[in-house]
Amino acid sequence: MITFDGVTKRYPDGNVAVDHLDLEIPAGQTTVLVGPSGCGKTTSLRMINRMVEPSTGRIRVDGRDVRDQDPAELRRSIGYVIQQAGLFPHRTVADNIATVPYLLGWDRRRARTRAHELMELVGLDADLARRYPHQLSGGQQQRVGVARALAADPPVLLMDEPFSAVDPVVRTSLQDELLRLQQELHKTIVFVTHDIDEAVRLGDTIAVFRPGGRLAQAAAPERLLAEPADDFVEGFIGYDRGVRRLSFFPARELRLRGDAVLAADTPVATARAVAAGGGEPWLLVVDDARRPRGWVSADLLTTADAQTPLGDLPLVGFGHVFTVEDDSLRAALDAAVLSPAGRAVGVTQDGTVVGVVAQSELGEAIWSVGNDDARDAEPVGQDG
Amino acid sequence: MGDQPLVRWDWIASHLVDPIGTRLLEHLQLSITPILLGLLLALPLGVACVRWRALYPPVFTTVNILYAIPSIALFFLLLPYTSFSAWTAIIPLTVYTLAVLVPNVVDGLNQVPDHVRQAAEAMGFGPLRRLVQVELPVALPVVIAGLRVAAVATISMVSVASLVGLGGLGQLILTEGFRRQFPTPIVVGIVLSVALAFLVDGLLVLLQRWWTPWTPRPARAGGRNRRSAAASTAAASSAADRPAAPEGRRRRA
Repeated sequence: MITFDGVTKRYPDGNVAVDHLDLEIPAGQTTVLVGPSGCGKTTSLRMINRMVEPSTGRIRVDGRDVRDQDPAELRRSIGYVIQQAGLFPHRTVADNIATVPYLLGWDRRRARTRAHELMELVGLDADLARRYPHQLSGGQQQRVGVARALAADPPVLLMDEPFSAVDPVVRTSLQDELLRLQQELHKTIVFVTHDIDEAVRLGDTIAVFRPGGRLAQAAAPERLLAEPADDFVEGFIGYDRGVRRLSFFPARELRLRGDAVLAADTPVATARAVAAGGGEPWLLVVDDARRPRGWVSADLLTTADAQTPLGDLPLVGFGHVFTVEDDSLRAALDAAVLSPAGRAVGVTQDGTVVGVVAQSELGEAIWSVGNDDARDAEPVGQDG
Repeated sequence: MGDQPLVRWDWIASHLVDPIGTRLLEHLQLSITPILLGLLLALPLGVACVRWRALYPPVFTTVNILYAIPSIALFFLLLPYTSFSAWTAIIPLTVYTLAVLVPNVVDGLNQVPDHVRQAAEAMGFGPLRRLVQVELPVALPVVIAGLRVAAVATISMVSVASLVGLGGLGQLILTEGFRRQFPTPIVVGIVLSVALAFLVDGLLVLLQRWWTPWTPRPARAGGRNRRSAAASTAAASSAADRPAAPEGRRRRA
């Protein structure tokens, strides 16, 4: 656990970067410090490994005041990932990763072996070990940066806007990778970003800083989206926090309708009866393996020949689907909004149809999430 | 020089070892020593100028003023103290190399990207270790670029020392050639001096390839996967590929 006790950083010119910060960063979790530029988030991060010294207050890592330790030794026990990776251009990928082991005096072979283990862990091809940083893509460089920070297996990992210099697609894959790594490693991660979406994706706790170096709110992301402490936090989170919050609720609790799903060889006459019986304007047609083929509208059924199998009718594309087991309510809502039939198709992980859900039914589920709020429900999972 | 042929091969053949060989070796010694001494002085000076920024303007002005003093004047100024020893040539030439080498060491160190410096600090490098293991190696291409300019300039300048009785190939040109109105040694002196400059420059290029295999080669420029790498190493590579001393290639005679 990392504890900030009344920490202030005031520069000689009178500028206050961090103002009376009290914050507990739980061990084994990811805490994201987020805020606009100049809010003191990076300064706070750098005070943990003494790259910046606080003017007043105390920072402890696992109960030990950081000022009781030699800065260089303290830093070797804390992983650090910097923006733009900060790789040493004159060292190969393997030697970059082995930086801290070398500083700790490991013998060469052990450090190299460790470097290769880490390359595998962060998803880097072993062939890259002898390359130099300039021969890597931005994403690969950032992976090397993460591997280097993890080399001596430090319990604490500081990450200073590590993914801000890569394009959005690469950024998303790096974020996924970090989530996967963290599930495996359970490090105490302190992550600085100015991107609230990144914070919501990665953080177990989010600490929002306001300009002037004051902590505005620290909470779990789902809480932060539900109850921003004040106008500043609400404004910083952005206007669609209600929709974004749906990411924290699983789609598996939706009630999917299986009766509106028909096989391709079903004759129109049968389908007509189903549509009339359930008052369904749209039916989903599936193939023999129960994979979606497309929508057929009740209107089309009334005019089509009664004996024609549904598969021979002109079907409307089924659009996006969501995976019932893994996806969130947000993904389900997205699928429904994008669907030409106004209905989302829920599938299993191998792509067979579980059932469909209409926008109106989703609305009920979302409304019940809002209701749960009032009863202070615990958030569940965070994907999507 | 009358109707003599420009080059008398028989003279060259009979004087190959002495004076041609001896003068060449002397020239080499008189130029390599100041280059190495200059580097030895420029490294701590440059490091100090980066560490204490306020030091750089006065140091920069001083090395430039020293560079502006005509070499012949410096040679004669030193004569009473060093008489006809090699130091009479070595000391002024060393001082001249500083005008190129100090700014290059400073620029090289300043070009170490900030994120690299910070990463080194955050990994737990102490200040000295960071300098030796990260900053100086990353500055190396720019330092070598300066070394190339200094080496070529010094090799050409050594000849002037012949006016005070030193000067390797300059002696060949002045004593054997000019004073005796005999063109062959002049041609030999010029050709060897230029060849020596080319050779040393070439060796430095090879040395740089060998020492800094990590600098991007121009042939690979513009390839994919260089987005952020390009930004951080572009400065180093442009400096590495051609000698770009901040003061340009000033010729001295």
